[in-house]
Amino acid sequence: MNAAVDRKKPRLATTSLAGCFGCHTSLLDIDERLFDLVERVDFDRSPLTDTKQCASCDIGLVEGGLCNAENILVLHEFRRNCKLLVALGACAINGGLPAQRNHLDLGQCLQEVYLTGPGIVGGQIPNDPELPLPLDKVRPIHEVVRVDYFIPGCPPSGDAIWKFLTDLLDGRTPRLGYPLLHFD
Amino acid sequence: MDCDPRSLLETVVTEGCFEAMGLAALLQPVVDRHRRDPRQLLQILRAAQEVLGYLPAVALTAIADAVDLPRARVEGVAGFYSFLHLTPVGRYRVLFSDNITDRMLGSGELLDRLCNKLWIERGKVSEDGLVSVDTTSCTGMGDQGPALLVNGRPMTRMSAERIDWISELIRGQAALDDWPREFFVVDDNIQRRDALLTTRWPAGEALRTALARGRSAMLAEMQRANLRGRGGAGFTTHIKWESARRATTRGERATRYVVCNADEGEPGTFKDRVLLASYADLVFDGMTIAGFTIGAEQGLLYLRGEYAWLLPALDENLVRRRRDGLLGGQICGQADLSFDIEIHVGAGAYVCGEETALLESLEGKRGVPRIRPPFPVHAGYLGQPTVVNNVETLCKAALIALRGGDWFAGLGTKQSTGTKLLSISGDVERPGVYEYPFGVSVSQVLSDCGADNAQAVQVGGPSGACLAMHEFMRRIAFEDVPTAGAFMVFGAQRDMFEVARNFSHFFAHESCGFCTPCRVGTSLVANCMDKIANGHGSQYEINEIFRIHRLLHAASHCGLGQSACNPLLDTLTKFRPAYERRLRSLDFEPAFDLDQALAGARQMTGRDDPAAHFGQPARMPGGER
Repeated sequence: MNAAVDRKKPRLATTSLAGCFGCHTSLLDIDERLFDLVERVDFDRSPLTDTKQCASCDIGLVEGGLCNAENILVLHEFRRNCKLLVALGACAINGGLPAQRNHLDLGQCLQEVYLTGPGIVGGQIPNDPELPLPLDKVRPIHEVVRVDYFIPGCPPSGDAIWKFLTDLLDGRTPRLGYPLLHFD
Repeated sequence: MDCDPRSLLETVVTEGCFEAMGLAALLQPVVDRHRRDPRQLLQILRAAQEVLGYLPAVALTAIADAVDLPRARVEGVAGFYSFLHLTPVGRYRVLFSDNITDRMLGSGELLDRLCNKLWIERGKVSEDGLVSVDTTSCTGMGDQGPALLVNGRPMTRMSAERIDWISELIRGQAALDDWPREFFVVDDNIQRRDALLTTRWPAGEALRTALARGRSAMLAEMQRANLRGRGGAGFTTHIKWESARRATTRGERATRYVVCNADEGEPGTFKDRVLLASYADLVFDGMTIAGFTIGAEQGLLYLRGEYAWLLPALDENLVRRRRDGLLGGQICGQADLSFDIEIHVGAGAYVCGEETALLESLEGKRGVPRIRPPFPVHAGYLGQPTVVNNVETLCKAALIALRGGDWFAGLGTKQSTGTKLLSISGDVERPGVYEYPFGVSVSQVLSDCGADNAQAVQVGGPSGACLAMHEFMRRIAFEDVPTAGAFMVFGAQRDMFEVARNFSHFFAHESCGFCTPCRVGTSLVANCMDKIANGHGSQYEINEIFRIHRLLHAASHCGLGQSACNPLLDTLTKFRPAYERRLRSLDFEPAFDLDQALAGARQMTGRDDPAAHFGQPARMPGGER
């Protein structure tokens, strides 16, 4: 290794917003290539490091859409800190499964779940300030911040994530060929 | 509910009601009139809707049975065209022309005014089923707007007074025939006549001259004239005719066809309206000459649905021509020569102006463009060799028959011979139709029509080119600024961003939906433009527009998608500050208000703490993070 490579490794942050952690599980599916990955990047905020606050990063992978106020704050934190922000998986790209609530009125939803549903006596809509408030609609992340790359899939395969990251790290414009993009 | 068929159009009807009245009895004359021919499906649906008010599901089933087509195919066609309705519409159906020139004349305010007067919401039928008010794509009245259609009949020069009057007439349920006639006056507004519009030959004169010349000689004249198509693409007409003449016919009904494209849908164009209204004999002469030259026996004129009001006069003209021996068998006494013309009426689909979509529509299908090749000259209507020409092109062909190709080629420029009709509208003192020899400069046209403070001209409609002041010395010609005829002028006071935004919505509305790049892309572009208009725009949207344009240009199935971003790219190049002054930041802004997205949850939980808001110093939920 020559001296030029001695500069700092790129930093990678990941988070799951309104998602199911399936995309993160897929990241783990790169299996032993995880060793290669930690050789090439330093992990910043991520469920893998349990770091709670994002520092200045090169790449941010965001799983999941936006269903509540906290999601938006975390997304803003990622956008502020990451040079490249990546929407990872169907929920980040389209809202995905959580967005199925979008055709229901949030107020009626809360009312039915906490006040008028079967078997509820003396219910109350949770109002603890510790709890993030739900948004009226579940949103894909590109509706709230600029997003640089999108990796489709529910979840994207480990191979797709690996191909994407290695392309990026090697200086190629990431390109997932057809085999990594068809899902049936 | 009253289920008497005679009062059908007077009441809100239900599907059950139709069955009770014997729907079959109502539809039978309609399908019989069209020989139960599946290729007449669009015409049958139009006629059925005229009888029933709209097209209920039971009617679609009955029509499918009658013409022996799958039910889904019939519904697919009925669902494609804007002027066919699968749900009940108001007995008075008011459609405001929504071109930018109508908007510049205040059509938006007039629409709101009418809705307020009638206590209705735009786009929804009033609860008593009396009336609905909405917008439609340009109705071809740019020279006398704001314009609207009421039950398909055009009304021009709308004003607040007229709108108030109309609302009274609708509330009083006055029959359309009893409305003031001046509301329905459509003027030709011919402001400058040249070789074509000074023509005053009797019907059939051009045809007789062509017959006297003979087929080959006529074709030779066309070649000498070097006439190029006036519908926009500018293909050389004699090559088209020659190819169709040489192409082999096939099958049992081996024949050739001549199709006149009168689907003048490009916003801001209305010259074909004038030709059809006042020069119909020249159009029909041109069609018949084309038929004679290529060896066709049938001509079809595809009239856009917005111009259905021209139909009675055109039909009368055809009857007269048959009587005078200009149509039918033994034309002009020549025993072996027969040619007839049938008029098909469209139903509100801009894409049908594309020649292969038009052929699909003529065959009774959804107006989805075909893949070319094969070109229509080889396999067009019903797979037979077909010449598709614009209305103006056919008039020019008649003119060439009369005056000869050399004379024609002496007009205009070397590459663009003859004259061109321009439909001039917008910020000009004298809007209307202007005929110029090709090669006239934009500034000359502007000075003739009284446009003193023009900052831009949209030539050729939304899919054409937007010229800024520094380009006004350019010339109208295929080799410089080609055009199908639209010439919309924008004065210095106009906001060119709003012009482009109007066009972006036009394309999103008119995309036929067949290919995904265009169906989705045109909507994405319109959303970007709305986002910028609403003050949430950023450099991101500008980049998106360029990106989507590249995709649409490369991947769309037909010219609609390929040119859908033209007006945006032109205005972004030439009027960029009109966009930039609306941008909120250089990075990215959401299209919606983040804090407002929490309002519902705040109300339900009764919370008002800092964490229940955005845009205030808030602690992250979870404290210690």
